Amino acid sequence: MSINFSTSIAGTFFTNPIFTASGCAGSGKELSHFFPLTSLGAVVTKSIMVKPRSGRATPRMAETPSGMLNSIGLQGPGIDLFLENDIPWLREQGARIIISIAGETTDDYAVLARKLRNIPGISALEVNISCPNVENRGQVFACNPETAGDVIAAVRRNIGGELPIIAKLSPDVTDITVIAESVIAAGADGLALINTLLGMVIDTTSMLPKLSQKTGGLSGPAIRPIAVRAIYQVRAAFPKIPIVGMGGVTNGRDAFELVLAGANAISVGTATFGNPMAAINIKNELEELCEARGFTSFADAVSYAHRVEA
Amino acid sequence: MINPKAVQISAEVVSNKRVGAYHHMVFSVGEMAASCRPGNFVAISVGGTSSSLVLRRAFAIYRASLRSDGIGLLELVIAPLGSGSKWLVAQDPGDRVDLIAPLGTAFGIPKEPINALLVGGGYGSAPLFSLAETLKARGCRVDMVLGASTAGKIYAPLEGKRSVNSLTITTDDGSAGFAGRVSDVLPQLIKEHDVDVIYSCGPMAMLEAITIISQQADVLHQCSVEESMACGIGVCMTCVLPVEGDDGVIRMTRSCIEGPVMDGNKVLWTRSREIPDGVWGK
Repeated sequence: MSINFSTSIAGTFFTNPIFTASGCAGSGKELSHFFPLTSLGAVVTKSIMVKPRSGRATPRMAETPSGMLNSIGLQGPGIDLFLENDIPWLREQGARIIISIAGETTDDYAVLARKLRNIPGISALEVNISCPNVENRGQVFACNPETAGDVIAAVRRNIGGELPIIAKLSPDVTDITVIAESVIAAGADGLALINTLLGMVIDTTSMLPKLSQKTGGLSGPAIRPIAVRAIYQVRAAFPKIPIVGMGGVTNGRDAFELVLAGANAISVGTATFGNPMAAINIKNELEELCEARGFTSFADAVSYAHRVEA
Repeated sequence: MINPKAVQISAEVVSNKRVGAYHHMVFSVGEMAASCRPGNFVAISVGGTSSSLVLRRAFAIYRASLRSDGIGLLELVIAPLGSGSKWLVAQDPGDRVDLIAPLGTAFGIPKEPINALLVGGGYGSAPLFSLAETLKARGCRVDMVLGASTAGKIYAPLEGKRSVNSLTITTDDGSAGFAGRVSDVLPQLIKEHDVDVIYSCGPMAMLEAITIISQQADVLHQCSVEESMACGIGVCMTCVLPVEGDDGVIRMTRSCIEGPVMDGNKVLWTRSREIPDGVWGK
């Protein structure tokens, strides 16, 4: 007997719980060379901004033990070209689409939400709030419950309709449940946990920071225990909120661990850099593992590590 | 767009030999070998399944051929400098690696016979020998310059030397050939052989120097750039450099998709660790 492997995020149905992670699959074009995008639960696009962005200078990347640092700087074409080129292409593929947005001001997010409110064929909106707020000395929106909530409220006001909003949170905070509470109160329908952690590598030959921007976001298996912890804490505090889990998931076992902690879906990021088929392999392995543990429905495995044994 | 011929396969190591500072490795890759062109590269997963090395390693293809008996061989020249390449050169015949190829752009091959000058720095000479053979087969004159810091880092196998009309060696320490850099000998060679096109592969500083010389001499310059990559398939956005497009707009361009072979005159060579002015979206 095969299991029911579908999932739902804030009332939106996905045929399976494996998504790409924002910024780790572009808009899906390159991965579609290796597998049909319809075999994913959803494609989460790179975070798109109001205007075209060159991103940062190189070096943008440093490999670290079981992970990597990146400082891409949200390189992208801006929302208008993105809607003209990337979204129609993704729709043609028949892929489920989650658009990720990012801004430098609260108003940027409002502008993006207005541009997206009448676009057909989008399943959800991911709001990447791990960006420096240029109006507040560059403090990252996601690191302050007030600014995090303000962004989500602005998106909620401007998006209209039924499109679910998923707030992507940073683990670089004292208590992630406080930020979660604030964005949920502001109208977030779901959470994406976790974004990268800020790190640094110093080149011991040049004796300077390896990345041109000095710091970068740490991703990969090295951060997986942090993702498991963050998801578990937020799930314990908010039993009903949909969670898209991510952080170093490389195989089905890793995905299952995040599911047990409370993730309703899993995004695959850095693993795709090592293997373009990673998301598909993880999907197949996770389904087998859920079945092997006796689940008839994926939904029953979500948060299973929170149960109290009699 | 990603190279439409790219496939991901489990490739068996056929041979692995140390040559000077490098390793020459041959992999059995089946029919895919027929779609590899000089300039294309491969991306290999390193370290095994429980490795802490999460990113693919990119290597220029030294040579690829599909034999009449159906056996396809792909050859690489590897400098074991980092932990990933050290793992790779430790693989024995019979071992398998996860390999994606062919990736990226190839050197443009002229329809008419021309005079070509091939310039390689260090193991950057790797893709130039199969390019030399291809150009020779088109009736081109092919001269080659190889430079390195020292003699042991010149990669110039005997069979490779046969496919060129002349070979000039330069070393920084003078331990072989001309004491100096490839850029010191280029202006003279361009005049002497009436060069139409320069093909190059090597460190970015060398490619920049060649671009300046090619502009002064008014010859075309196709270079294979070297930016560090995390994925090799166009999704990580780490291997970018500023390149002027056909529309005149300068964009941060992925060297794994629109490279590694690029028109040297279209690249804004910069080592400033800053985005140059005029780049789209700065």
